[in-house]
Amino acid sequence: MAIEITKLFKKKQAVILERWMTNQLADERLREDLMSNEDLRAESEELITALVASLNESNIENPESGDFDHVIEILAGISISRARQGYSPRETGVFILSLKEALIEIAQEEVKDPKELNIANRKLNRLLDSFSIITFETFIKGREEVILRQTDEIAEISTPVIRVWDGILALPIIGTLDSARTQVVMESLLTEIVESGSSVAILDISGVPTVDSLVAQHLLKTVSATRLMGAECIISGIRPEIAQTIVHLGIDLSDIVTKASLASALQYAFRTLKIEVRKSAVKSAV
Amino acid sequence: MITATISLNKDTLNVLREQDVVVFRNRVKEYAVKIKMGLVNQTKLITAASELVRNMLRYANGGQIIIEVVSRGRDNGIRLTFKDEGPGIPDIKLALTDGYSTGKSLGLGLPGTKRLVNEFDIKSEVGKGTRITIIKWANG
Ligand SMILES: Nc1ncnc2c1ncn2[C@@H]1O[C@H](COP(=O)(O)OP(=O)(O)OP(=O)(O)O)[C@@H](O)[C@H]1O
Ligand SMILES: [Mg+2]
Repeated sequence: MAIEITKLFKKKQAVILERWMTNQLADERLREDLMSNEDLRAESEELITALVASLNESNIENPESGDFDHVIEILAGISISRARQGYSPRETGVFILSLKEALIEIAQEEVKDPKELNIANRKLNRLLDSFSIITFETFIKGREEVILRQTDEIAEISTPVIRVWDGILALPIIGTLDSARTQVVMESLLTEIVESGSSVAILDISGVPTVDSLVAQHLLKTVSATRLMGAECIISGIRPEIAQTIVHLGIDLSDIVTKASLASALQYAFRTLKIEVRKSAVKSAV
Repeated sequence: MITATISLNKDTLNVLREQDVVVFRNRVKEYAVKIKMGLVNQTKLITAASELVRNMLRYANGGQIIIEVVSRGRDNGIRLTFKDEGPGIPDIKLALTDGYSTGKSLGLGLPGTKRLVNEFDIKSEVGKGTRITIIKWANG
């Protein structure tokens, strides 16, 4: 009678875990800085217990089987948390690939008949490869989440409100002004207007690559909100090609003070606030 | 005399998420630079493209875009085709009116786009989807 490899694994669960741990710890790139050996053992034990419990002679040939839902859940959880903690794909891959190695080693030692061993190996390869794919998929998903979070952070730090003068704020906008970004820009601008008691705000859009109707709408909203706070808002940095495009698009900015450059916006602000800036007349020695 | 428009170089992009907008706009820019389109026309084309891709995302949950270099006689241009399987537009004439919007927006996307490009073609069927094709000539 053929050996039931899955029963064998149930019996040998403790041995498998030890082998697996040895394999993992043998990898010199092991991130002991990120995870202690005890935590690694706990994770490994959880996974092997779930795997051995759900494995039987029929589903071993069917990686898609719903019996593995729990295993996959654990695996995905481990993979995502590793992605967030900054593990490399390799380090994450070693986790599952060294389990495969341990299982195949056990099969090799216990299954004597070469034909049976061959069959067992093939099944194990298929199953564990499928688990590896899941590991990588979720790992990448985890990394994507990290990237999205960083994008949010960049949006926040890349909207600095600068107090250029007493009563004058400048806000250089760089990149695309989407809805989320506008919210951040508007909030930091309004807060700063209150805190600094400024009465003029300059929105500089020289760093915005495309001004379409959505961006224009966001700009208009920001300007209205600024006005509600009792401050005047100037838009500067409108490049000639942007000006022509805005006109064709049909966006009406005639209500808003717009300037080609930050310097001319500043000059305008000085005039509004009755501030005079001039070169000092240096008397030259005769 | 009618000169045929020939397609030279082609690229297809699926747009499903907000993040795809910037990627797509950059691709259009690359194409425009490649055919030596001037800065003003480039900006007009990219802005038009931006309007249409945003509409596609907002009203049809995304779709497919074909970017092509086309030539007609001695002039080169960029043709963009936006295809979606969204709800379609019941009244195209109305949708092309300045200020008309079902999305509480400025309602300038479609009419503005039409003004920004050289050729504008829109086909839409309610319940089936919308297909918009624009061409901007390098020297148009
Ligand atoms: N791909 C599409 N599928 C279905 N409906 C669309 C599509 N594109 C536009 N529409 C409809 O046409 C209307 C007008 O579009 P248009 O781009 O001119 O204005 P908007 O998107 O509402 O506002 P804006 O573009 O100025 O922010 C939209 O409000 C929408 O009802
Ligand atoms: Mg629109």
